[in-house]
Amino acid sequence: MHLQELIGTQNTRRTFLGHTLTGLGATALASIMTPQANAATAGTSGVIEALHVPQRAKRVIWLCMAGGMSHLETFDHKPKLAEMHDKDMPESYTLGQPIAQLQGKQLKCFAPQHPFQKYGENGQELCDILPHLGGVADELCIIRSLKTEAINHDPAHTFMNTGTTISGRPAMGSWLTYGLGAETDNLPGFVVLTSIGKHGQAQPIAQRQWHSGFLPSRYQGVEFHSTGDPVLYVGNPRGVNRNQQQDVVSAVNQLNGTLNASVSDPEIATRIAQYELAFRMQTSVPELMDVKDEPEHVFEAYGTKGGDGTFAANCLLARRLAERGVRFIQLYHRGWDHHGNIKNSVKGTATEVDQPTAALIKDLKDRGMLDETLIVFGGEFGRTPMAQGNGRDHHIKGFSMFMCGGGIKGGITHGATDELGYNAVEDVVPVHDVHATMLHLLGIDHLRMTYRYQGRDFRLTDVHGERIEKIIA
Amino acid sequence: MFVRSLKCAFLPLSVLLLISTLASAEPPRDIQFNRDVRSILSDKCFACHGPDGNKREAELRLDDEQSAKESAIVPGKPDESELLRRILSDDPDERMPPGSTGKTITEADAAILRQWIAEGAPWQEHWSLIVPTKADPPSVDGLPGDANAIDRFIRATLVARGLTPSPPADRRTLIRRLTFDLTGLPPTPQEVDAFIADMSEDAYVQSVDRLINSKHFGERMAMYWLDVVRYADTGGYHSDNHRDVAPYRDYVINAFNNNLPFDQFTIEQLAGDLLPDATTDQKIASGYNRLLQTTQEGGAQPKEYTAKYQADRVRNTASAWLGLTMGCCECHDHKFDQLTMKDFYSFGAFFADIQEVAVGNQPQTSFATPEQEEQLAILESQLATLREEYKATTPAFSEGLAKWMNTAREDVLNGKSTWQAWKPSSLTSANGQTLTLQDDLSVLASGENPAKDTYTIELHPASGALTAIRLEALIDDSLTNKSLSRGNGNFVLTEVEIDFKASETDEPKRLAIKEAVADFSQDSWPIANAIDGKADTGWAVDGHNRRENRKAMFVLTEPLTISDGASVTVRLKHDSAHAKHNVGRFRLAATSENQPSLDDKAGLPDQVANALKTDAEKRSDAERVLLDSHYRTLAPVLASVRDQIAAKEKQQKDIRSAFPQTLISVSIDPRMVRILPRGNWLDDSGEIVEPATPAALPSIEIGDRKTARLEFARWMASRENPLTARVYVNRLWKLFFGQGLVKSLDDFGTQGNSPTHPELLDWLAIEFMDSGWDTKKLIRQMVTSDTYKQSSFVAPQLREIDPSNKWLARQARFRLDAEMVRDNALAVSGLLSPKIGGPSVKPYQPAGYWQHLNFPKREWEQDKGDGLYRRGLYTYWQRTFLHPSLLAFDAPSREECTVDRPRSNTPLQALALLNDPTYVEAARSLASRALRDGGASEQSRLDYAFRQVLGRSPSSEEQSVLIPLYEKHFREYTAEQEAANQLLKVGALPKPDNLDSSELAAWTSVARVILNLHETITRY
Repeated sequence: MHLQELIGTQNTRRTFLGHTLTGLGATALASIMTPQANAATAGTSGVIEALHVPQRAKRVIWLCMAGGMSHLETFDHKPKLAEMHDKDMPESYTLGQPIAQLQGKQLKCFAPQHPFQKYGENGQELCDILPHLGGVADELCIIRSLKTEAINHDPAHTFMNTGTTISGRPAMGSWLTYGLGAETDNLPGFVVLTSIGKHGQAQPIAQRQWHSGFLPSRYQGVEFHSTGDPVLYVGNPRGVNRNQQQDVVSAVNQLNGTLNASVSDPEIATRIAQYELAFRMQTSVPELMDVKDEPEHVFEAYGTKGGDGTFAANCLLARRLAERGVRFIQLYHRGWDHHGNIKNSVKGTATEVDQPTAALIKDLKDRGMLDETLIVFGGEFGRTPMAQGNGRDHHIKGFSMFMCGGGIKGGITHGATDELGYNAVEDVVPVHDVHATMLHLLGIDHLRMTYRYQGRDFRLTDVHGERIEKIIA
Repeated sequence: MFVRSLKCAFLPLSVLLLISTLASAEPPRDIQFNRDVRSILSDKCFACHGPDGNKREAELRLDDEQSAKESAIVPGKPDESELLRRILSDDPDERMPPGSTGKTITEADAAILRQWIAEGAPWQEHWSLIVPTKADPPSVDGLPGDANAIDRFIRATLVARGLTPSPPADRRTLIRRLTFDLTGLPPTPQEVDAFIADMSEDAYVQSVDRLINSKHFGERMAMYWLDVVRYADTGGYHSDNHRDVAPYRDYVINAFNNNLPFDQFTIEQLAGDLLPDATTDQKIASGYNRLLQTTQEGGAQPKEYTAKYQADRVRNTASAWLGLTMGCCECHDHKFDQLTMKDFYSFGAFFADIQEVAVGNQPQTSFATPEQEEQLAILESQLATLREEYKATTPAFSEGLAKWMNTAREDVLNGKSTWQAWKPSSLTSANGQTLTLQDDLSVLASGENPAKDTYTIELHPASGALTAIRLEALIDDSLTNKSLSRGNGNFVLTEVEIDFKASETDEPKRLAIKEAVADFSQDSWPIANAIDGKADTGWAVDGHNRRENRKAMFVLTEPLTISDGASVTVRLKHDSAHAKHNVGRFRLAATSENQPSLDDKAGLPDQVANALKTDAEKRSDAERVLLDSHYRTLAPVLASVRDQIAAKEKQQKDIRSAFPQTLISVSIDPRMVRILPRGNWLDDSGEIVEPATPAALPSIEIGDRKTARLEFARWMASRENPLTARVYVNRLWKLFFGQGLVKSLDDFGTQGNSPTHPELLDWLAIEFMDSGWDTKKLIRQMVTSDTYKQSSFVAPQLREIDPSNKWLARQARFRLDAEMVRDNALAVSGLLSPKIGGPSVKPYQPAGYWQHLNFPKREWEQDKGDGLYRRGLYTYWQRTFLHPSLLAFDAPSREECTVDRPRSNTPLQALALLNDPTYVEAARSLASRALRDGGASEQSRLDYAFRQVLGRSPSSEEQSVLIPLYEKHFREYTAEQEAANQLLKVGALPKPDNLDSSELAAWTSVARVILNLHETITRY
């Protein structure tokens, strides 16, 4: 039997260890009754039995600055661009290059709109509009030499998440949970949270970005919402209380167990386990979302009381998800598409994310979790050194992100763009290299985690990807 | 090994056992290149020694017999063959495949290669590229000579493997299976009972006929085909906007229902627009070519997206019909199959004639539905009669005409006006001009002339009808050059607004203006500018050069009835960049004429007025005809006919505006197609290619035709093409047996699975083509086989020998597809709407689920009534945010071709079935039915509900769980009436008045359990 066939019917470890198929009613009830609220003990397993390399991080928190964060007003200091302000962009840079909305327009240099400062022991340069991140500069590995392949939002996100612009491939969070499972069986292994900024266009985000593609659907990212049911359909129907819901679920499982005795179908055992998990999620999800037990100083640090759907509230939830064993936590902040008025709007958006991101890093560090959590912070692409009115257009040839936490060298800046911030020229980092590095830190050789689909062994890094050795601690 | 090792502790013993026994269960056999050897070479060697010329090492091709036997293989002499030597070498530098590939060849594989070479290394072309040949079904002991060919092929393999078929499924399971498989719906309890009771020989075949001829058959087949062609209601990329393509979906449903031959079905989709005298349906079918993902994102490059669209079409068409993974060749030659980049781009060139917008909204085409055609035809014939009546000259008409001509002539000669000058009740200038009412009811401006100004004129007209307002701009000696304004003599009127208050206390309402007409407009300053809502455009009249009175009228969209106390406010705005261009003197007038005319000619069009002025005796024939036809528009004797005509014409117009729209293929001059090196759309250096089929497949003669899409379509569904029939037959097999004879439904290349029953696959493919590509006949052949009718129960021994059911010693069992999970719940609870086709619908969906859509932002506008209870295939398919319940049950986003949905089993499925209002409401409805129709006792009601859902009575064990559940919840809901009422309000279905709330709520709990059962959502 092909291994992939086995995966199709593979049960969670709990199901295998938790029950035999006789006397199921009682067992099912017992496991439903067990309080699981804060425990991150059990978990689900992935297909990787023995890790390929030592694991440096157990989980990933990916903070996506959706819309295309300008590297020139965040992490990439370009004094020369300031000198060239309003002068023609040299054609040697732009001739024959893909350009989005500026296609066919006159291309003028546009100075960085905010000054930079040196922070931390190594004097890392960050823009003034990110003072809190400056405060944790020694934790950050700033990468200034990214490049990507798609210049429009939708395909660029798809590329960042799946390693290709073609729809239908698994998102990186799906790959990770497929490979490693999760350290929780009360919550999905791959969780997505979103927030909308007030200072830029909220570009649409497709569900494709957290879809499991050709991997089994249970590796799909689950979106948590700040209004309505935090997870779709996680609330009981109106007029049904928790005990009554439990009666229904227990009866379903009991009758399914009876059926199984006569038809002997392994899918039934899985179904029973999934109903148990669903019922536990009905408690664990609201418990997770309810932050009122957090101490005041935490609220102050993040700058939120929670529950308001802001990026800050989501950062706080990210920490709670990390504590509970979720493998891949992805936050989208939709507000970085600054085609116009970038001076004010990039500051506004930066202010929305600066404090909570820094708070998340410090909070994890205080709890001893930072060195086992990989944080990635960046957008789907950067923005042009050329002006688009008083804003910047999309740019894919050079942009920035930062990584920090488990397995990452803090306090360093890696790679560089040219003096105008157009092309990544030193230690160039294609997106696939970020994926390869992330997988490596999680204990996975990116070449060896594959899935056979349409006759080909697919992987997250497609046919590319190299670890960025220089940034690995 | 990177995947979880088979030795790992958590696998149950039985799985380990089956793995160890599987190998020994294989009988010893001869070696066949295609079945045994090619897959090893393909998987382990082709990446470097295969079709991709750019990556080939040592000039060795192992996909090519000649190349392989030149250097690596010595037929008959394994020990002299370099291939084996390198595979078995202990030297890591020599050993193949190299360690860096991460691939290894097992001892068993090496043994196969050795045996094959020893036997002379006989080569075969890849099986799927050889045209199928039809073998006679084998004779099998115990099967009569006229047994279903499927059974003979399957049984022969079972016998060879020492397996025995499973007994037939019990009749309840069988009818439930058959009904789901052919219609996607469950059987009713009556249908189950009737089938169980009918022991006649042809009972089963009759059921097959009934179901395959059901109008729901087409829906069930469409569900699958729509995945294949990636049908959706939205464009997919970025803003993922709506487009109308539902007529294509309905075409597919009808095609299956009418058993349209599959070759015709193929041709119509790929090139229906190019068929001679293409019918509406054929054009709609050609919408297939438009189903791909498209973008409207600002800043997207047309050239890039044109390349994306071309690649999308190649991927989909090659997947849908050929089972080939041509997508690989967008950037490089195929690693495993004989497909090149040139094949890819030449294939794409077949579609280069399709008109589309690279970036932006795709224009749609309207068509009448057959019903609409019929309605229009009826209206047209009614109108013809009415128009005859309208044109007829009766004595009464002639008498009226004569009278009218006299009085109208008087009016014209006397200059009688239909315009009534209005006396303003108040006058305001926004920027301080003095507006003075003159004796002739005109208004004169004086005082400081501001750069811009707005005049507000309030009027209290007499009661009556109001259809239009006229503005006269009048010359005056006090104005510049004695012309029309105190600027340079010209004015720019940027906007005219008319507000209406029905009474003093009412809020003013803006009146819509249908059209504006002026006697003169300066070039580039038309009167329409005065009603376009824009402050930077306006009406001007060249008043600095021409000193003439001007007039303009503003016709209301809806005629107004004015009663006492009503008021009208007119605002004349001068917001032009041309300073001081304010009207200097003006007058307002009103009319109640239905066809107002600007001139004071008794409300008559100029020509009519002129004809009337002519003496009656001197009028020309043309003038007489003109007057006759004009009078027909007024004649009281024709009022009723006119009304009827107007009403029918309005109906016509309404029908036309309700024509469904869809995307179709429109053929234009084909684009030039180049090979894009490494798939890079910016690189124009590649070779220009003409349309051509892949070199490894039969070619077609194209000559110098500009477009060959129709020839391509015919080729696709031709007997020469070795793939299409096999691919289709194999996918139908999957629908009825759970998996394909070729397990890789989407890959008939060398990396795909070989057919488990190659002779059967070919027999079916040829039989299918021989039958005229008759889908229903093929399905009938499948579902009437004993193989189909077997039990799906997996005996422990069988599970060990054939865990994946390759050899079909039993039927398959699997969870219902996403749409069917929904359809089933709605059907068994009595909620399902049987309506077929039409626009997609929006059942319950959690609020805010679309929050990430933008440009524009959208809200899911939940349907009402019927729209909440339609089958799942009609649910609005938003590619970037598919309905969460469908998504949970593995429905694909339809961004790419899906031929084999995964069947997962997740907690989100449990949450959806437990808590989605659709299923709670279905439970509520099922509970109501059980209370109403299920007798008086708890047992009889439970029995009723079980029979609705599962076609059987509950076991005593099931009763012993559910009756106490009912009793407990009945007590609780009796104590908490409000909770019961809350539960009974989930969904739009009204709570039945005559049922006790506590009882109904408690039965709803029971019904929820039944609808959540594994058995309920499983086809056994």
